[in-house]
Amino acid sequence: MSRNRVIPGFGLSLGYATLYTSLIVFIPLAALAASGISLGAETFWAVVSHPQAVASYTLSFGASLVAALINLIFGLLVAWVLVRYTFPGKRIADALVDLPFALPTAVAGIALTALYGRNGWFGQHLESWGFKVAYAPAGIVVALTFIGLPFVVRTVQPVLEGLERELEEAAASLGANRWQTFRRVLLPALVPALLTGFALSFARAVGEYGSVVFISGNMPYRTEITPLLIYSKLEQYDYAGASALGMMMLVFSFVLLLAINGLQYWSLRRRGGG
Amino acid sequence: MSGVMSSLSTPGNVVVSRRAVTEAAWLRGLLIALALAFLGVFLVVPLVLVFQEAFSKGWQAYLAALTEPDAWHAVKLTLIAAGLAVPLNVVFGVAAAWSLTKFHFRGKQVLITLIDLPFAVSPVIAGLIYVLVFGSRGWLGPWLEEHNLSIIYAVPGIVLATVFVTFPFVARELIPLMQEQGVSQEEAALTLGASGWQTFRRVTLPSIKWGLLYGIILCNARAMGEFGAVSVVSGHIRGKTNTLPLHVEILYNEYQFAAAFAVASMLALLAVVTLVAKSFLEFKHQRDRERAAHAAARQEVS
Amino acid sequence: MKFTRFFVVAALGLALSSPALADREILNVSYDPTRELYEAFNKDFIKHWQEETGETLVVRQSHGGAGKQTRAVIDGLEADVVTLALAYDIDAIAEKTGKIPADWQKRLPNNSAPYTSTIVFLVRKGNPKGLTDWDDLVKPGIEVITPNPKTSGGARWNYLAAWAYAKQKYGSEDAARDFITKLYQQVPVLDSGARGATTTFVQRGIGDVLLAWENEALLAINELGKGEFEIVVPSVSILAEPPVTVIDKNAEKHGTTDVAKAYLAYLYTPVGQKLAAENYYRPTDPEVAREYADLFPEVNLITVDSAFGGWREAQKTHFNDGGVFDHIYQPR
Repeated sequence: MSRNRVIPGFGLSLGYATLYTSLIVFIPLAALAASGISLGAETFWAVVSHPQAVASYTLSFGASLVAALINLIFGLLVAWVLVRYTFPGKRIADALVDLPFALPTAVAGIALTALYGRNGWFGQHLESWGFKVAYAPAGIVVALTFIGLPFVVRTVQPVLEGLERELEEAAASLGANRWQTFRRVLLPALVPALLTGFALSFARAVGEYGSVVFISGNMPYRTEITPLLIYSKLEQYDYAGASALGMMMLVFSFVLLLAINGLQYWSLRRRGGG
Repeated sequence: MSGVMSSLSTPGNVVVSRRAVTEAAWLRGLLIALALAFLGVFLVVPLVLVFQEAFSKGWQAYLAALTEPDAWHAVKLTLIAAGLAVPLNVVFGVAAAWSLTKFHFRGKQVLITLIDLPFAVSPVIAGLIYVLVFGSRGWLGPWLEEHNLSIIYAVPGIVLATVFVTFPFVARELIPLMQEQGVSQEEAALTLGASGWQTFRRVTLPSIKWGLLYGIILCNARAMGEFGAVSVVSGHIRGKTNTLPLHVEILYNEYQFAAAFAVASMLALLAVVTLVAKSFLEFKHQRDRERAAHAAARQEVS
Repeated sequence: MKFTRFFVVAALGLALSSPALADREILNVSYDPTRELYEAFNKDFIKHWQEETGETLVVRQSHGGAGKQTRAVIDGLEADVVTLALAYDIDAIAEKTGKIPADWQKRLPNNSAPYTSTIVFLVRKGNPKGLTDWDDLVKPGIEVITPNPKTSGGARWNYLAAWAYAKQKYGSEDAARDFITKLYQQVPVLDSGARGATTTFVQRGIGDVLLAWENEALLAINELGKGEFEIVVPSVSILAEPPVTVIDKNAEKHGTTDVAKAYLAYLYTPVGQKLAAENYYRPTDPEVAREYADLFPEVNLITVDSAFGGWREAQKTHFNDGGVFDHIYQPR
């Protein structure tokens, strides 16, 4: 199976990685699947295809997609600025990037709701211009952008730092302008990291609960995310129903992540070949 | 940096390489402004709000919130959980990245996707899966109860939930980086007679250390800040199974807003400690490189 | 690798979770609004127990959403006593774990509820919209803040209080259903928990009226803004009886049955009753109740048993999936 036979440690590293993944991720998720399946096909379908559930998938996945796109663009920008330029306060800006992880999600949700609420610093101006952010889908996007912000920055940053400047210098001496160099030389090298960052911030956003429940308003069919529905199933001691919805989310996410990882693999191969 | 270096060695190329490695001043300014505006709106302002709330009752109240015994117990538990989860995930992350980037095998994309999956699992579900396995009505529950072991609603459950939510960080940070680097350097080292372990330590590790560091920082930050999954398996016993984020929630629910935000700001500060460590390493690294460059330049001159 | 890890984790866990040998410890698993009450009560009880027996006790508290706390006890959180929001929740513990007998509610006076509460309105200072009873809440332009009954126990009480009023006033189930539908159309935000709703109303300044437990409303006034809010007591409301019980099997296992029983009995003593009243719960002891009569105005209180045939029925008809509450909201 392995092509690079020179390099040792295949069996050990893969074996350990697989064992650990099975113990921490796979077996517990199998318990989830078992619990969901215990409903039987008909009930399972009734639960996951309920209009309220469908509305929540659209919202959860839609808002996550928008948030991940925002993070893709601005994450690249932030990583670029932090690696390539010097400016006062750069270290502080760099340090700030990880904060969304350290701040408990509930605190983030409360702080953002306070900012974007009707009497908040941003909210009062936005509402007077007719934008409603808190207790509307836009608020969910804001919260999800916040919690997913570090991903793209932190996956692109090390790759950008590792890139050899010689390549760019060579491109320039061959007559390429800066934009061409960026598009033809830099961007392709960054694509795997960008896709990874995008996938991670998307995946993280889909499942987020703590920060969103504060800012979304939780109105059925309008601002109700899937994790909230799962929670309300648990309140009825309906573990199986909760598991069914959880499985649905997992299957969607798995397919999406698999597609993104496939895309990444393909882009790497294409570059390797060309 | 490399602009400086090339001007030292080959003065003739200065014009070309400056243009090659950076943008026009206005564009640079614009990009910096845009990036800072984004960070400002999404990070700085919420953070300012957190600190403003934390200090709304003055210094004394802030310190009192942080020195309370329950808060200290929560700090201890948070550090234990992070202290176990991070090393476990580092070992796993390096092993996974090594096997996934240095070799070709079938099912690779599936394994990578499985590694990503914990991110996509809602914290509510992440807690639930361990309840389904270790809860008293779960798969292992009756056996555990018979042997008087508790996993959930005790510290092991909190550690497990933390490991789960931070599971992908290190692996995910390393995979794109090691993919970018390929295998040629390791192959060269091995052909020159280095052992596998030597190759890893001397060739691979130095080249991935930044990625590894970012992975550890992210993993640690998230491990300390996780709320949802831990909340499901903790049992919320004050002074016993409360982590810092759970303590924040308790204070908030007791309408002690200033204290809640004070503890939250402490979490933010804990994350900053790891970043200071990173900055220090970066600084040392840069100084070493500069010294090497100077030495090289001096040699060239003589 | 796997085993070392497991043992490290397990050993650490055991080291941390095993109580100090000297002191006995009981765990009281409760819901959100009782934090202040039990903080005060535990201090008093520990002192009382020390005076009686000379033993130093540790009383551990766990608070959270009522449903979540109940699930934790069902799934293995080893509570010695539970002090929860609904008899329905404790019924679930009896049914799913067998750790307490099915007739647990008969073991202590007043359906095992040492204190009671009810649902009132919290309005802004001077009651600018002139809200005096449930009917005023459905007038056009009034914003009502109440949490989501699917995720919050407190929200279910709010809902049932409104329903009980409408049914009494308009006479039929259909009219009550119309009233509830109209009421929830006035709700701009459905927070996931009761305290979240209070924050939305108090801190965010959203809404004209907050539906809340009486104890929560009194607490909010005293903690968050004296003089900024007022309480309006509606003509009809619901009688909330938060029950308590010993979880027999857990207490037996820990050897704490005597302490657990004494702990709950102490809630019924004049000292316990006064503490309840000081934390804004209505005492059940008539003498103590008279003492605090100023704090708790008389309301026509309806019980869940009489109006809805018990919590199990109410939960099934109104709040479970496909119940009345789900029909209030229609897909867009």
